[in-house]
Amino acid sequence: MLKIINLILSIVLLFASSAFADGHKLKVGMITTLSGGGSGLGIDVRDGFMLAVRGSKNIEVVIEDDQRKPDIAVQLADKMIQSEKVDVLTGIIWSNLAMAVVPAAVNQGKFYLSPNAGPSALAGKGCHENYFNVAWQNDNLHEAAGGHANSTGFKNTFILAPNYPAGKDALTGFKRYFKGNLAGEIYTKLGQTDYAVEIAQIRASNADSVFFFLPGGMGIGFMKQYAQSGIEIPVVGPAFSFDQGILKAVGDAALGVKNTSQWSKDLDNKANKKFVSDFQNEYGRLPSLYASQGYDTGMLLISAMAKANVNDMEAFRDALRSADFDSTRGQFRFSSNHHPIQDIYVREVIKEGDTLTNKIVSVGLQDHSNAYVDQCSM
Amino acid sequence: MTAELLIEQFLNGLQFGFMLFLMSAGLTLIFGVMGLINLAHGSLYMIGAFSAAATFAFFNSFWLSLLASFSCAAIVGIVVEKTIIRKLYNRDHLDQVLVTFALILFFSELVRWIFGAFPLYLDVPELLNGSIEVFSGIYYSKYRLFIIFVGLIIAVFLFFLIGKTNLGIQIRAGQHDREMISALGVDISKLYTLLFGIGAALAGLAGALIGTIQSVEVGMGEPILILAFVIIVIGGIGSIKGAFIASLLVGLVDTIGRFLIPSVLQTVTNPSDAMSVGSAIGSMLIYILMAIILILKPTGLYGKQLS
Repeated sequence: MLKIINLILSIVLLFASSAFADGHKLKVGMITTLSGGGSGLGIDVRDGFMLAVRGSKNIEVVIEDDQRKPDIAVQLADKMIQSEKVDVLTGIIWSNLAMAVVPAAVNQGKFYLSPNAGPSALAGKGCHENYFNVAWQNDNLHEAAGGHANSTGFKNTFILAPNYPAGKDALTGFKRYFKGNLAGEIYTKLGQTDYAVEIAQIRASNADSVFFFLPGGMGIGFMKQYAQSGIEIPVVGPAFSFDQGILKAVGDAALGVKNTSQWSKDLDNKANKKFVSDFQNEYGRLPSLYASQGYDTGMLLISAMAKANVNDMEAFRDALRSADFDSTRGQFRFSSNHHPIQDIYVREVIKEGDTLTNKIVSVGLQDHSNAYVDQCSM
Repeated sequence: MTAELLIEQFLNGLQFGFMLFLMSAGLTLIFGVMGLINLAHGSLYMIGAFSAAATFAFFNSFWLSLLASFSCAAIVGIVVEKTIIRKLYNRDHLDQVLVTFALILFFSELVRWIFGAFPLYLDVPELLNGSIEVFSGIYYSKYRLFIIFVGLIIAVFLFFLIGKTNLGIQIRAGQHDREMISALGVDISKLYTLLFGIGAALAGLAGALIGTIQSVEVGMGEPILILAFVIIVIGGIGSIKGAFIASLLVGLVDTIGRFLIPSVLQTVTNPSDAMSVGSAIGSMLIYILMAIILILKPTGLYGKQLS
């Protein structure tokens, strides 16, 4: 008899302890770029995310560095899913890495919240109920840049982007909205830092404007060399090349350039003001758009946790979908393929004292969704 | 496509080649004379760029930062040689690769720890800003011309050093028979330290020159290190002349290829496809070049013949 009671007791204990362990705790696996070229982007996403979740005792975050290498990202994802048993994955910056990791992760029943990469393949046919993009679909900012080029009156534009999924999305997005001619179209090597060859072609092309998408260090190299070449043709681009993290390195060459972004430091809403001042207090620097995306991802996660337990996948998914949180962007909701519907602004690089930063000059696209909603059968 | 554009791209290729020469000269000397595979050469390039950026932030002078770049890289190189590299000369290549790879990780983390992960600012001086009319109707960036000029001076200096000085005789002798020259009373360890310091200084100088028009960030040295290895293999390991010819060859082939192949493809297919196929082939071109040269001359253009 005693034996049986013991057995029952231990079984009860076993269940109880596992119930305690589960509780409402949620484990997040963050795979992002923390070393080598492009690490500034990953560090901003991480810091923004950690700022959002710092008060929540129920969230445990495991952070790993993908070194911007797809093979390493895949290994890390396997490790996080199989041995760390995370519930939610997030953090990837680069679209080629996202393509390697996300489909496998969501098919294994994990949630993936993207704080940056939004390749078109994951928005259209490859969309998934467990995949949410909190930043943008890749084309979005470039579509706004195309629209801006129209309204400025540019007729003959030279466009360039790196040869990888997000680069192709960028030029596709720009061309979708731009009505003028293309003076030239170039795909550069991902990670390329010298643009002498391309700049010579721009000089010879008779273009009236240049559109470029070169995130991180690539953009720094391009802008400095462009300014130095003495070419006077105006440039437009997405915020990635004029972001807080790299403006200092570009220097005055960036001054006055118009760029498109879903977020800006001077957006006038309560959540954003709190974010900007909290971020500065915590890390001693101005936040970038990547940091805002990381922060919003964290806030979205917290809002969903308040509504549902992650073990109840249906309910948790619905909670995520309702996007019931105060975004740094003000208005924020998801389209049917789980990408943001949001305003995209045109910003200008200005100087505040000695610091280069951005200010909003107009709204580029209002309540903008993405071009792949219809292709997603979700 | 106009002749002006072609000439400008030729100058770009030349400039890229001279830059690569600064990196590969040190690498090929170190490999040729000491038999050491130094993967950390890219880190010295990065150290040069960061010390230049730090000096620039402090004194706001390009010329001082240039001075700082090669002196800091040389000092770091000499310290590393005396403390770590020295123990590797008699070990096999795998050990050398492992240790110098560890040095890459160490220096990357150290630099991030000191300067942070965000790129630093470094700009061209007023004197070299803008472009200049080289021939009638052809404008070229003054700064890039300056890089070509510096590359030329360094090349002349190295040829003089290797060909005409006592030190050069020792270096050449060291390439042929290491034991013999130490038996003849040359302090081989001093020679090694000096040589490693020269290689480091050149890498550091390259880092500052390139960092000025690109971004100064952690991990900037590794992509250029791979190219430098391609060059010393094409040129023949240990040969400065080989490194020089191969640098210019790789610089020109890479630049002109990246530009011409997509334009040529555009005549047969639509621009978008031509562009993506063309840029893919363009980035393979130097490796194809390396393969062809190695098939024709297995020891490289100016390498020692296999006995």
